[in-house]
Amino acid sequence: MSKIVYEKSKGLSDVQLSYCPGCTHGIIHKLIAESLVELDLLDRTIAISPVGCSVMAYDFFNCDGIQASHGRAPAVACGLKRTNPDKIVFTYQGDGDLAAIGTAEIIHAAHRGDNVTVIFVNNAIYGMTGGQMAPTTLIDMKTSTSPLGRNEAMMGKPLLVSELLAQIPSATYIERVASHDVPNLNKAKRAIKKAFEYQAAGKGFSMVEILGTCPIGWNMTPADAMGFVKDTMMPYFPLGVYKDEGGNA
Amino acid sequence: MKMLMKGNEAICEAAIVAGCKAFFGYPITPQNEIPEYMSLHMVKAGGAYVQAESEIGAINMCYGAAASGVRVMTSSSSPGIALKQEGMSYLAGANLPCVVVNVSRSGPGLGGILPAQGDYFQMTRGGGNGDYYTPVYAPFSVQEAVDLIFKAFDVADKYRTPVQMVADGMLGQMMEPCVIEPRPAVKVDKSWVTDGNSGKRPRNIVNSLNLSAEGLEQMNIQRFAQYKEIEKNETLVDYRVNDGDEIVIVAYGAPARVAVNAVDELNESGIKAGLIRPVTLWPYPYASFQNLPASVKHILVCELSMGQMIDDVKIAVAGKYPVHFYGRCGGVIFEPSEIVEAATKIVKGGA
Amino acid sequence: MTTRILFSGFGGQGILTLGQLIATIALNKGKEVTWMPSYGAEMRGGTANCSVIISDKMIGSPIANTNIDILCAMNIPSIVKFEDKVRPGGQIFINSSIIKDGIARTDVDALHIDASNIASKVGDLRVANMVMLAGFLQKTNLFTFEDVEEVLKQRFSGTRNEHLIPLNIEAVKQGMEATV
Repeated sequence: MSKIVYEKSKGLSDVQLSYCPGCTHGIIHKLIAESLVELDLLDRTIAISPVGCSVMAYDFFNCDGIQASHGRAPAVACGLKRTNPDKIVFTYQGDGDLAAIGTAEIIHAAHRGDNVTVIFVNNAIYGMTGGQMAPTTLIDMKTSTSPLGRNEAMMGKPLLVSELLAQIPSATYIERVASHDVPNLNKAKRAIKKAFEYQAAGKGFSMVEILGTCPIGWNMTPADAMGFVKDTMMPYFPLGVYKDEGGNA
Repeated sequence: MKMLMKGNEAICEAAIVAGCKAFFGYPITPQNEIPEYMSLHMVKAGGAYVQAESEIGAINMCYGAAASGVRVMTSSSSPGIALKQEGMSYLAGANLPCVVVNVSRSGPGLGGILPAQGDYFQMTRGGGNGDYYTPVYAPFSVQEAVDLIFKAFDVADKYRTPVQMVADGMLGQMMEPCVIEPRPAVKVDKSWVTDGNSGKRPRNIVNSLNLSAEGLEQMNIQRFAQYKEIEKNETLVDYRVNDGDEIVIVAYGAPARVAVNAVDELNESGIKAGLIRPVTLWPYPYASFQNLPASVKHILVCELSMGQMIDDVKIAVAGKYPVHFYGRCGGVIFEPSEIVEAATKIVKGGA
Repeated sequence: MTTRILFSGFGGQGILTLGQLIATIALNKGKEVTWMPSYGAEMRGGTANCSVIISDKMIGSPIANTNIDILCAMNIPSIVKFEDKVRPGGQIFINSSIIKDGIARTDVDALHIDASNIASKVGDLRVANMVMLAGFLQKTNLFTFEDVEEVLKQRFSGTRNEHLIPLNIEAVKQGMEATV
């Protein structure tokens, strides 16, 4: 007599994920899917996927999906949420999408206090297009467009998105978490769940920044990529709650 | 009831009466009355209004709202419409209905705020990337703008396409009597919407991405089959050519009102002149040029540009008639006398 | 019959409102009518103008800055810019409180109205536009005093400006008396 000990979340479709081995997009998808199912929100959720590695996220979540143009997912979310206030709307965006081309859209979604949830996966690189430098690429990190390493004098320091958005008066909840080991994944899931709970309660704009991996773009083994998150990314991108006004609202 | 209304405000009121539930905009002259009106009246009507961070933000908010199946509108003026082209292409690619109003101004660049028609290419040739068209309505009076707004929402819904309306500062700022009354909207299937009801039906996806070459080709072929239907069913023209006319003037939008004066003056002065006023710029009323009276010897295209619609007129007449041009630009509006003079020279000079 | 009217003056002299009132009267009388403001840089501070065209048939261009039948001029720049654009035999209503030197044209029908001074005496400089209405009432058959009363009620009744109706009507009356 066999016994089911683990099942794929009902929040995920049966479409095979398109992510590279060792990339944490897949596990982050799982955390989102589980959260939506556990909070009983899945049936009224619309996922908005970006341009980037997660462009086809609409295929993977078992709910309605919209594919947005590069960086504009927060604006799409705003239009959707304003006309469907009783629905759950989240964007799933990478650092090229959110922290470069989409800075105006993300800042103003927070600025308006749009009651949506943003899942921001920061892996310090443009993965889909072939490993180019992102605003979040670390100093001296080599990418296909910073072959000599990111030079601070020419390219500035990596952008700290959670710190930036936490300054915005109308943002409700901003937390940075990581995806490289089980304890951190548990924390990440708690953060994701809280963000959706806040949205369901009408508490306003929330963003969870998740430090992710890109073993292919970083030219590392999956195991080394997990270590890179812990040893190199986390010191520059400190984890923690940057803003949480959900309790006061 | 007949009311005296500004073109910009009449467009808004008509949209609200036509069931538009959301407006997303950004300030730019000379269309500011539109977001201003919507910020009060759309909200009073229970709809959504957001002043976006940019025209790009606004068109993408439209994309989100349209995906959930509500009637949605945005407006801007020429440089802002240029910014919206990314979103227009996405709307077309994802087959989403939306109404976009361009109260156009002179360009290129920041240009000026006075009436001009230099956006013809941008609007009729798909200003964004990829294979697509959008129906473009060009009203010449406040009442026609009202009527065409109702039409624009219906056509957008029926064919699942973004639809544009082009006005200019003249039509937007002028007041004219108009009647805005509810009329029945076209009935359409909206089972495709992504409004989060996936528990009750298979989940829906709104998307323009297709990485299979054959798959994307099929999507485009299907869309162009729709375009054929639009060309067949939705082409509109104001045709005022009579037997005996020697010259046909072609003009569109509010500047065509000047051409109306000019045609009257020409006929009074003994030069038989007619007018073709395309009401849809895409689909273009090519057929109106196919069976002109035998008396017609010349075509004179009048635009507030260096000459853009003239390309469509040349396509329409296919070399059968000499196609002349008279235009002003930069915000200068031609006067009837200028068109009369140009037409007279052509007819008398036998040019 | 088509009447092309151009109203011109400083921003704040009530040019646009005056044009709208007359356009509304024309609408009330079942006429075709257009109202078109100048807009652009001149809007902010300088001389503003608006065109009103009233007709029995479809109106073409709504811009009446040439071949003008009636010029209602409230400041000197208006005369400088538009005096020559009035058709021979046309009419010019002149706010003589400000335009003291009158006009050069002799082939038009000119009416001097001490509009700004009369408005001040009535109690509010801002009703100078209403004083200018005297020109239309004395010199044209476009509408009557009763039409003006009706349109003022139509526009202001039930608004926070309702109390201004008597002031406006008084301004029209004083303008009429001064131009008999």
